[in-house]
Amino acid sequence: MTSPEQDDTRHQIEFRSVTKTYDGGRPAVDDLTLDIERGKITVFVGPSGCGKTTSLRMINRMVEPTSGRILVDGQDISQQKAAELRRSMGYVMQSSGLLPHRSVLDNIATVPRLNGVRKAEARSRAQELLAVVGLAPELGGRYPGQLSGGQQQRVGVARALAADPPILLMDEPFSAVDPVVRAELQEELLRLQRDLAKTIVFVTHDIDEATILGDKVAVFAVGGRLAQYAAPEEILRAPVDDFVAGFVGRDRGFRHLSFQPGADVAIHPVETIEVDQLADPTVSVRSPWTLLVDADGRPHGWVPQATRGGITRQADAVPGGSLYTRGDTLRRALDAALSSPSGLGVTVDDDGRAVGVVHAAEVFELIEAARLVRGRADHNTAV
Amino acid sequence: MDYTSDNLFVQMWQWLTAPANWEGERGIPMRVAEHLGYTGLTMLIALAIAVPIGLYVGHTGRGRVVIVSGVGILRALPTLGLVFLFVLLTGLGLMPPIWALVLLAVPPLLSGIYAGISSVDRAVVDAARSMGMAEGQILLRVEVPNGLPVILGGVRAALLQVVSTVAVVAFINLGGLGVYLVEGTQLADYGRLFGGAVVITVLAIIVDLLMGLLQRIVVSPGLRTPDRVRPTGSGRQKAVASAQGGTT
Repeated sequence: MTSPEQDDTRHQIEFRSVTKTYDGGRPAVDDLTLDIERGKITVFVGPSGCGKTTSLRMINRMVEPTSGRILVDGQDISQQKAAELRRSMGYVMQSSGLLPHRSVLDNIATVPRLNGVRKAEARSRAQELLAVVGLAPELGGRYPGQLSGGQQQRVGVARALAADPPILLMDEPFSAVDPVVRAELQEELLRLQRDLAKTIVFVTHDIDEATILGDKVAVFAVGGRLAQYAAPEEILRAPVDDFVAGFVGRDRGFRHLSFQPGADVAIHPVETIEVDQLADPTVSVRSPWTLLVDADGRPHGWVPQATRGGITRQADAVPGGSLYTRGDTLRRALDAALSSPSGLGVTVDDDGRAVGVVHAAEVFELIEAARLVRGRADHNTAV
Repeated sequence: MDYTSDNLFVQMWQWLTAPANWEGERGIPMRVAEHLGYTGLTMLIALAIAVPIGLYVGHTGRGRVVIVSGVGILRALPTLGLVFLFVLLTGLGLMPPIWALVLLAVPPLLSGIYAGISSVDRAVVDAARSMGMAEGQILLRVEVPNGLPVILGGVRAALLQVVSTVAVVAFINLGGLGVYLVEGTQLADYGRLFGGAVVITVLAIIVDLLMGLLQRIVVSPGLRTPDRVRPTGSGRQKAVASAQGGTT
């Protein structure tokens, strides 16, 4: 149990000069000192062999450090019973690690049952958790082998949450699912985290995932060296050395836009035509590009003035690009403009109704303006 | 016994359907009971030896080499020879032939249990440990239930072998269905010899079917989902095959 004064401390997990060496070889983790903040998502990211998973697994003593100490809530974990320590932390792994012989509900109920909660009680809590992770209630009676990869990972998350542990350890949990499902799961995790505010340690080799999820990102280099530990925005904007710069990659400038609010982007009106009006040749269009919308105002592609006569059905329209939800990041705004055949980024409100368009050139102006402001701020702090 | 035909099959049928052969202390039901009694005793002792060793080796991975080579050596031993050897060494009685049969049953049990435990996906075991299960809980709540199809495969193979081989105890006057084989040979009563062999065969088939039924009942439905995507499937099937192989 945590006492009140421990709750005041900002750091839930502390690595103190932790080194792990296997069989006298080169260290897998080399003199790691790191503080993990309470209630935040901390991502360990790095190429394979950088010790990120080893570091994670030392937190619940699945791996014992060769030297150094790890503190959880100020207590040295080497003094605690391994099994009890592990039950106080949720653990989600890459291949979900669900027990194939147990139903979904019983899988979720595993840790509460180990803690002595009665079966009926553990199961009814498990049933609630299904809804929390976005699974249909009837899936509770299925077996893991009958679920898709994405569903299995959701069950894995539900299982980790079942005993309501303050800490969640997640070891590349979304790396084995396809990109669409991965994006869904990431979104879902962020949504859960807004309600639950767990201390999450998340391991991934995907820098994109790290910047999307992490409140703080620890970039590990080969040889188990911590190269940089900072907010994702800072890692993208100011990588500390060539290794980090190389690892975050060529797109880091573009990715960095994810952290810039797009609230200031000007939204311009756009001419629209309704799907029902397409078949009527008397309805003409005046702009070079007219946005096709349905009766609810949702966008469905573009009608170019040049080929208006040939477009009589929705299927004939030129498919649109990505959509920019008003108020989202500059990255989304820029992507909407760049991916649109008309060069106009379709902007929608929270209900998905078209409200206008954004221009790529104006997004660039905002980016430039933000850079100048930040440059001055950096200069000021440097002085 | 007087037969009305020289045909072996007719003699066998007449022997099997003669009411006198189904009554009394020397009747077929009594012999079946003796036969099953020896089988049960043998299996109990063999399980008492093989289960702890198999679970330990399967869970820890220690002593794997000993198990594999030991099983190979035991499988090469001729059971009938062992029965007479043990009788010569320790004298007549119930236990010498039982020990010989135990040596027959242990290899398939041991390799079945060991292979069953070690066929469980390491990621599943790792997950169980990460959730805070103690080693004993991992073994009994995760490894055994998941290894059960393979483990029961080994039990089934051992049981089938013992049921068919227990007949040898008749050579040292301990009864059982083997009596009909011994008597049939000595008296040149081929109806009895053939009939006895048929009873043993039918008994073995029934026992095997019951084991199959047991397997269906006790193995979790989660392990036999037909559309299961199972990356380790071929490994599991190989383990099943090796646990049951070289036996029947």
